[in-house]
Amino acid sequence: MNNVLTFLIVAVVKIAVTLGILLTIVAYTVWLERKVLGRIQNRWGPSRVGPFGLLQPLADGLKFIFKEDLTPPYVNRAIYLLAPILALTMALTSIALIPIAPNVTVGGVTTPIQITGVADHNAPSGSSDISIGLLIILGVTSVGVYGIALAGWSSNSKYSLLGSLRASAQMVSYEVALGLSLVGVLILSQTFSLRSIVEQQSGWFWHWNLFGGFQFVAFFIYLMAAYAETNRTPFDLPEAESELVAGYHTEYSAMKFAMFFMAEYANMVTVACLAAVLFLGGWSGPVFGPAIVRALLPVMWFLLRVFFFLFLYIWVRGTLPRFRYDQLMGFSWKFLLPLALANVVITALIVALRA
Amino acid sequence: MLHLILFLVFATICVAGAVSLLAQTHPINSALSLIVVMASLALLYLLLGAEFVAVIQIIIYAGAIMVLFVFTIMLLNAGVEERTRGSRVALIFGVPGLLIGAGAMGWVLSSRIPNSGSLALAGTYGSARDIGRLLFHQYLLPFEVTSVLVLIAIMGAVVLARKGE
Repeated sequence: MNNVLTFLIVAVVKIAVTLGILLTIVAYTVWLERKVLGRIQNRWGPSRVGPFGLLQPLADGLKFIFKEDLTPPYVNRAIYLLAPILALTMALTSIALIPIAPNVTVGGVTTPIQITGVADHNAPSGSSDISIGLLIILGVTSVGVYGIALAGWSSNSKYSLLGSLRASAQMVSYEVALGLSLVGVLILSQTFSLRSIVEQQSGWFWHWNLFGGFQFVAFFIYLMAAYAETNRTPFDLPEAESELVAGYHTEYSAMKFAMFFMAEYANMVTVACLAAVLFLGGWSGPVFGPAIVRALLPVMWFLLRVFFFLFLYIWVRGTLPRFRYDQLMGFSWKFLLPLALANVVITALIVALRA
Repeated sequence: MLHLILFLVFATICVAGAVSLLAQTHPINSALSLIVVMASLALLYLLLGAEFVAVIQIIIYAGAIMVLFVFTIMLLNAGVEERTRGSRVALIFGVPGLLIGAGAMGWVLSSRIPNSGSLALAGTYGSARDIGRLLFHQYLLPFEVTSVLVLIAIMGAVVLARKGE
């Protein structure tokens, strides 16, 4: 088999497996959220479909597919249809850049578990990825704002428009704090390649950027900005149901609504993956046992960190009330931004003094 | 070969987006066309080996500036633009001017620059590391002066936007 064909087959298999797992995680995050929120509020959550309600995501999916897919009159049809596609595409694209685990060898072909990673004999670890991976993720997320902004505008409804105006202002503001919180990590690792960033943190937790690099402040800012970027409580102003019905997706039904829903949860997973990669050492953890366990353990360690973040999201949603809109903006521009700048300056000073 | 195909595809998308930007009657469609132009330009930069510039093009132009454009259009709910027949002066001077300009550029490119068919940015200036080194060593003063200029512009905008107290 020639090289190009092998490359194509490996790429397609990796894309199919990663997307399949991502969509399963998305579906079961919804289940987990309903279950955990239920327990926080002293009730059971979904419990009827399957054991522990485990088949609930399947039932939800079937319901979304078979519901009437109506398009309200007076919408701007082309943009109304484009918006959910854009939101979901951008949300699913960023997973391609996340390094999940080191090289695995299947049927004589060695490849890293990362869609945009390739096996590389020159690299010390045997694999390498795109040199500007982190920037591409930031770019893709920033284009994802259009999905929400256009959804609200094209729906021709005042609730939708208010929701999407809030969403775009909020996402643009928090992108600044989010980007600056990553600069500390970048100064420490001196590369944009996500795979190299993880490899530099290999080992126990004192090698991770969070503890070893003293990026506590950056991690806090990242966490806050990530909640705002994904429109989650306590920053879920764009879909504040007590004020705006359902915010930007008020006029969407059936599968088109489900696409926004999936996009939100896929974004949560991406943000959790990025936090694991940048601050918590990615897949690092003890590896032992026979070859198959050796190959799967790093994936498990990585998924464990992602699960921790998703749980944290749900926990926060069950605990905290919503911010007021002026508090939200003030928090970003007057508190997170100066704090992030201070973190950049101090980290840069320490790195310069050490060198 | 692949390079050429990709170039042709994205160059076509870019030009089509630019034509659509002018032809659309609704401001939001024009803004969306402009985003298409910027995204395909970013891919052309990527083909030239300027990876950092390509991503920054997406983040800054498509992700920040155009979001503000779209935001403003949404907020003002700008309607369909008025169509005029166009100015006669523009027609008399514009068309010959365009032809002369395009002809001159084609002549210069084909006769003065050798091998313009395989032109690429020098490989050493594309990465973030090289651009950072250039900005903070060789061009430090212009870079800092520009950032002060941008800061002054921001402060000017704040002063202008402020209602009299």
